[in-house]
Amino acid sequence: MAPGSRLEVEVRRRQGAFDLDVAFASEGSVTALFGPSGAGKSSIANAIAGIARPDAGRIVIDGTPYFDSSRGVDVPAHRRGIGYVFQDARLFPHLTVEENLRFGLERARGRGAYAPFDAVVSLLAIGPLLARKPRGLSGGERQRVALGRALLGQPRLLVLDEPLASLDAGHRGEILPYLTSLRDAYSVPMVYVSHTIDEVVRLATHVVLVAQGRVVASGPVHEIFSRADLRMHTGRRFEASSIVDAVVVAHRPQWHLTEVKLGAATISVPAIDAPPGTRLRLRIRAREVALAHSEPLDTSIGGRLPGRVAEIVPRDGPYAEVGVDVGGASVWALVTRQSVERMQLSVGMPIWCLIKTVALDNRLVSPLPPS
Amino acid sequence: MTPVEIEALRLSLEVAALATAVSLPLAVAVAYTLARVRFPGHAAVNALVHMPLVLPPVVVGYFLLLLFGTRGPIGHWLDATFGFRLIFTTQGAALASAVMSFPLMVRAIRLALDAVDPGLEQAARTLGAAPWDTFRSVTLPLMLPGVLSGAVVAFAASLGEFGATITFVSNIEGETRTLPLAIFTATQTPDGDAVAARLVAIAFALAVAMLVLAEWLARRVERAIGR
Repeated sequence: MAPGSRLEVEVRRRQGAFDLDVAFASEGSVTALFGPSGAGKSSIANAIAGIARPDAGRIVIDGTPYFDSSRGVDVPAHRRGIGYVFQDARLFPHLTVEENLRFGLERARGRGAYAPFDAVVSLLAIGPLLARKPRGLSGGERQRVALGRALLGQPRLLVLDEPLASLDAGHRGEILPYLTSLRDAYSVPMVYVSHTIDEVVRLATHVVLVAQGRVVASGPVHEIFSRADLRMHTGRRFEASSIVDAVVVAHRPQWHLTEVKLGAATISVPAIDAPPGTRLRLRIRAREVALAHSEPLDTSIGGRLPGRVAEIVPRDGPYAEVGVDVGGASVWALVTRQSVERMQLSVGMPIWCLIKTVALDNRLVSPLPPS
Repeated sequence: MTPVEIEALRLSLEVAALATAVSLPLAVAVAYTLARVRFPGHAAVNALVHMPLVLPPVVVGYFLLLLFGTRGPIGHWLDATFGFRLIFTTQGAALASAVMSFPLMVRAIRLALDAVDPGLEQAARTLGAAPWDTFRSVTLPLMLPGVLSGAVVAFAASLGEFGATITFVSNIEGETRTLPLAIFTATQTPDGDAVAARLVAIAFALAVAMLVLAEWLARRVERAIGR
């Protein structure tokens, strides 16, 4: 399936005191449902996969309706061809890893097979586990097998419900690259449920912000996470970040650095393994960005981006966020209101954004998803 | 062992095997329905299934007589249509045993079913397994220990069934006189003490064998399903 697949979702569901009423459409290859626990994200995911029936709504994938309460359409889960990766893996304990993997594959006949068994096994590095039962696997291994099992079902859409939430930080870092390579190797459209900003920024093309059973905003990742008016949903004070696209320009092996083009300027990031021309997504934390009226040449700071002040947003306490247009990209700086006053910042004023290279660690730099 | 004792033992095993084999699929269906399906009359069905557990066995035998006797609605129909009689026959003894042990079987299976995570069934559905396929390839294998222990319990209970059997199918040698009925008969016979004691010894040996078999089966199955 082409990466521009279109997903239209409308779900209304009342469950006790919780009232879910959401509607969104997305064209991205990875649509993230992002929001706090209890916001209703999993209910939406379940409705898409057909394992929970909404009171009313529509689920349409590439023009094909899978649920439409107004027309009485409700395709049962086993005929939707929508793969699901659960938070708790849900491997079948009585089957070996290989039998688990083949469970969906054997039942996917009739749909075009785009993910062959051997390729998926090697992509997820689960070859050595094939003969084992799920019982003895580590959390990370289980989740990799669950990913492979869902993918081998040759789904037309893959729903992942917080697939990393049950893992500790170390295993989370181990699985993320697999998710990225899976996304890029098979271009199967995904719906990715998460409350972790890192995962969403690294994986998603489109994000739907969900809070208290409602959609707060929906749009491309860099747009949603850069909007100051959505800060209370996308991460308060110290999580506030800009998501910007960059392109690898050159490697500086003697310094273990990679130069990337960001807007009109070039900055260095810790070395990454990608050829020149590779498009990247950087997440720059607002608190790691300082501002200066002139280019300070006598400092250690390697990232110096000229731009213009685009927006000044006072925050609670001593803080203010300043949005800077650095030539096509926008970078947020978290500074004190006192600094805004002292520097006499105003919209339109030329300004330098200063970013410490060491602040752009590997976790904040990821390959750009296919658009 | 004397031919009479061998006959009583053989008949007991036959009745218990028949009763277990016939009621097992039905017990699985009833347990699954009670555990996974919400329907009006759920409580009534649940109570009906458990009736034989709380009623005096003689009363159960009496109801069987009413329903399956040659003049009872089902018994009459069976006789008229197939020429098949349950009353005073080995099949009738098996029916009495099956009805009496049914609640024990359903309870054991339902307990195992409650331990099967419905999330695994959901996972199977998202992998393209239709409901029956899901039951066959996920639910049933995972509840197998309960099905087996239900079968073993029912088999053992059938070996000991007395009240409903003697009420429904009487005490006919070679046809309905199972071990308990044979023991009862021996105690009612002058000079039958030695015979009774030997029959009791057989019943005892059988019970121990059942326990060992049940334990061995349970361990094998648990290993097979990866617990």
